[in-house]
Amino acid sequence: MRKDYNLEKRKFVIAGFIIVVVCIYIARLFVLQVGDSTYKQNADSNAFIERVIYPSRGLIYDRNDSLVVYNQPAYDLVMIPKDVQPFDTLDLCNTLQISREVFEKRLADMKKGRNYSGYTQQIVMNHLSAQDYGRLQEKLYRFPGFSIVQRILRQYNYNAGANILGDIREVNQRDIDNDSYYRSGDYTGDLGVEKSYERWLRGRKGSEILIRDALGKIKGRYNDGANDIMPEAGNDLHLSIDIKLQELGERMMRGKVGAIVCIEPKTGEILALVSSPSYDPSLLIGKERGKNYSMLLNDPRMPLFDRAIMAAYPPGSTFKPTQGLIFLHEGIINLSTAYPCHRGFISGGMRVGCHGHGSPIPLKPALQTSCNAYFCWGLKHMLESKRKYGSVAGAFEVWKKHMVSMGYGYKTGIDLPGESRGFIPNVAYYDKNLGQGKWSAYSIISDAIGQGEILATPLQIANLAATIANRGYYITPHVVRYIDGVGVLKKNLERHETSINNSYYTPIVEGMRMAVTGGTCRGANIAGWEVCGKTGTAQNPHGRDHSAFMGFAPMKDPKIAVAVYVENAGFGATFGVPIGAVMMEQYLNGKLSPAREAVARRMENTSLYSAKLYGGKKQEGSNKKQDASGKKQEGGDKKQDASGKKPDAKSEKQAANHN
Amino acid sequence: MELRSNDSENRTLLKSIDWVTIVLYAILIVAGAVSIYAATYNFDKASMFDFSGFSGKQFMWAGLSFILGLSLLLIDRRLYEAYAYPIYGVMILLLIVTIFVAPDIKGSRSWLVFGPVSLQPAEFAKFATALALAKLFSTYGFALNNWRNYAIAGGIIMLPIVCIILEKETGSALVYTSLIFVLYREGMSGFVLFAALCAITYFVVVLKFATVMLMGIPLGTFIAFVIVMVLTVGMLLVYCRSFILGRNVLLAYIAGGLLAWGLTWLGVSVNGYVFFGLMVGGTVIYLLYGMLHDDMRRILITIGFIVASVIFMFTVDFAFNHVLQEHQQKRITVVLGIADDPRGVGYNVNQSKIAIGSGGILGKGFLNGTQTKLKYVPEQHTDFIFCTIGEEEGFVGSTIVLLVFLALILRIIALAERQHTTFGRVYCYCVASYLIFHLSINIGMVLGLCPVIGIPLPFFSYGGSSLWGFTFLLFIMLRIDADRASYGVW
Repeated sequence: MRKDYNLEKRKFVIAGFIIVVVCIYIARLFVLQVGDSTYKQNADSNAFIERVIYPSRGLIYDRNDSLVVYNQPAYDLVMIPKDVQPFDTLDLCNTLQISREVFEKRLADMKKGRNYSGYTQQIVMNHLSAQDYGRLQEKLYRFPGFSIVQRILRQYNYNAGANILGDIREVNQRDIDNDSYYRSGDYTGDLGVEKSYERWLRGRKGSEILIRDALGKIKGRYNDGANDIMPEAGNDLHLSIDIKLQELGERMMRGKVGAIVCIEPKTGEILALVSSPSYDPSLLIGKERGKNYSMLLNDPRMPLFDRAIMAAYPPGSTFKPTQGLIFLHEGIINLSTAYPCHRGFISGGMRVGCHGHGSPIPLKPALQTSCNAYFCWGLKHMLESKRKYGSVAGAFEVWKKHMVSMGYGYKTGIDLPGESRGFIPNVAYYDKNLGQGKWSAYSIISDAIGQGEILATPLQIANLAATIANRGYYITPHVVRYIDGVGVLKKNLERHETSINNSYYTPIVEGMRMAVTGGTCRGANIAGWEVCGKTGTAQNPHGRDHSAFMGFAPMKDPKIAVAVYVENAGFGATFGVPIGAVMMEQYLNGKLSPAREAVARRMENTSLYSAKLYGGKKQEGSNKKQDASGKKQEGGDKKQDASGKKPDAKSEKQAANHN
Repeated sequence: MELRSNDSENRTLLKSIDWVTIVLYAILIVAGAVSIYAATYNFDKASMFDFSGFSGKQFMWAGLSFILGLSLLLIDRRLYEAYAYPIYGVMILLLIVTIFVAPDIKGSRSWLVFGPVSLQPAEFAKFATALALAKLFSTYGFALNNWRNYAIAGGIIMLPIVCIILEKETGSALVYTSLIFVLYREGMSGFVLFAALCAITYFVVVLKFATVMLMGIPLGTFIAFVIVMVLTVGMLLVYCRSFILGRNVLLAYIAGGLLAWGLTWLGVSVNGYVFFGLMVGGTVIYLLYGMLHDDMRRILITIGFIVASVIFMFTVDFAFNHVLQEHQQKRITVVLGIADDPRGVGYNVNQSKIAIGSGGILGKGFLNGTQTKLKYVPEQHTDFIFCTIGEEEGFVGSTIVLLVFLALILRIIALAERQHTTFGRVYCYCVASYLIFHLSINIGMVLGLCPVIGIPLPFFSYGGSSLWGFTFLLFIMLRIDADRASYGVW
């Protein structure tokens, strides 16, 4: 073959190229290894390590600026197994004041852990005492591969409000996958405001780059700290909760199952959010958290279940003011419309029982005496106004829309996780469960008195009290007043107008006032304040009636709206009214009169637990189901309205309400 | 062709095999396995040959690759030549299949997993591509003298590149661009290499000095303009062989430069764009006029070079900010020394420089490296294996390793040139090109001179695929070389 000598010369270009490259590299090696002193100095077995600096978590204050939750430092001893060099085990054990066996067992347990890796930081011992930390810190250089990480623990000044405050826990894999901010070993809020305000509370982690020698000794900061990132402390939260009021509420609910919710009507700020049984928030701190958490989780009374916002109860007679408002707005009744009540609503072959009072009776006295018949008649007339609505279904749809505008059937949007939406049935629900066209006013008449399919959370009931107190609007209820450095969140200022003409609230307020002056809730009278209220006694399939109360005070320019719900406690007047009265008086006067103090003590010392534990458990179980299915429906919220399946399997059509 | 008995064939084979290459190969492979032992040495597993450790596995791969090499030597070169295209076709198919079936390992889909063994087809596509290219060039009458042939040769090179980029292994894909050396050796215009070199120079200069301003323009652009002017004069003198044009342009540049300097000294600010616009624009106009008297084609090419250079300079900035992805920008800025980033991209490079720097002249001694032992250098048994050598064997050891590599590459070039056939020569140059690329980029990256492109150091980095891939390349080459006598000029 022919050789092209012109092209063969090109071998010199190619060979020359690699020779030049290798020469450059050798020159570079010479500079790095022999010449350049900066690398030599730096290098003599030095290396960077990046150390995370954890920010301090935001503190939590109550509405009177009392410190409720604060931080306390804690120290974890960690190791990177691959960095560990032979060390004096006995010395380390003595410093930690543990036996060698315990230490070796810990190491073995650590290696068995699911996330064990020789290259990443592993926790040897967490929550060292300050003394252990001090001793160890001085000797740490003797144990290469080991280091101490400072963490924070939460501390609580009050044994109250656990359901509001929540707690913190170590992040799990799902948290890490969902939010790139987290690294293994970080903390995150688990329940309550710790969870819902995690974004603001957690602050921002910083990091420093240190130079470390082969023995693990820190030699200084890289680049004099120019590349370090300072951590930013979390923002402090100012709760709208009055921690004293909260404590009082939890005290009175001792031994009972239920909830108290107090709201400042004008602002939607929640003053107290009591769920009972509750637990000491300090149980979920540090080392003991895991053990205590599972204890609380397995407690048959379910203390972790925040009944104030998660439990959906039949609202009973506290529901009646909403009916009066709808009937007035829709022109079904006027103030002089009177309905007969002969110990109940008797029509169409059915009877809803009532108790003795005058007959016929107009709206205000009907509220005062909590007459079942009046509201059943009202609903029957509304649903049967074919000329106005076309059909029962058409009328019911209008009714449902009014209910939703008053905050029922959907989540109120409170700034706490896990809220339930309660339940307001719609036409589709009845069509499905009773058959299309097969249901009439009679089939659903008990909705009028807050029974039937209706379910509401204590929060929704308190929100109704606030709406009535405001004469026709409510602000999204919330527990955080403002965040330091951020201010008030927009969603906590949202004003919701009801679809009811504001003028119709006046007679309802007057009726509720009459109930206190001479009706079912006389026990709610507070000297010097015009209290308005409405009792409720809700029939339920789990045993004795639930006792409920809804009210606000004073009548003009209300300062507090309250809802009380006590499971299986009987008449509204026996538990609901006195507890509600104590809460209002404490908030309005800042203290309790001696007589009221006696009431509070009586409440505190009455336990309803023992008899009904099993029933209570079942109830809560079904409530949980309700909550879960409520979550499932969320996606279709907008389209589906308040339809959804009602999980509570009871089917009583007859409801008696003896207030 | 004469027929020989099997026995005599083997004896001839032993005699005609290139033992220099084999010795260099053996030195590198043993040094590599020992380095991996050093890099992954820890207190738990002390045995070098423990098959559960990295070094034990690597020794196993190395032993197997010797056996593989021997078997490859027994295959007649005629088979390689005859089956070059089918082998290439099968490997391309394998690359395509890999895109779809490979599991996602650290963002790359390039590994085929067979139980405990994972193979990277991209490593084996190298010898197949070399065979195909060799076969193409040995086709009777084939020469790089028309666009069609350029397109075919380019196609053979581009096909594996596209497949491997789709496997998200950009580093391995870039290796194939080194085959431009082969094209150059086989007749491609040297201007292409020159242009590529210029492009890289402009790119680095423009980006590295983009922040300092001089005469109202970025210093990088300023320097690039000066380079263009110097190259223009050089091309006029050397390439166009026109002393007069070159001298005049040079004198004009000097005069212009002095004028600008003088004006600045007098306090009149001269805008860089105006100045260089006048200089370069004037040159182009002057050369258009000069074309009438001189070698028209070469001057036209010079003008083209000037215009292309200026356009390229201004597109670099745009390309960098709008075409490259953020992590690619970051790697480049860190390597160019524009950004310091001890946490992210810069971490590996910084750590590797510290580890190497700590080695000193003679190193800390085998297994005494602390940087690499304490895992400060990530990927130290794969892409950053050279750190361990730098730290433990020092300047002397690492220079020796570099020189052994250089010797191997030069030996392969020598082998290439002693081939009697185009097939053999092209194949040898392919092997040399791959090695040049791997060596330049890998060591350059460890020394902080090149962007961090994840490709292994041949024979050293941990991994059977890379080792076997290069074993295939080398031993097929050795067999082709051993058979060169039977392909004499006849």
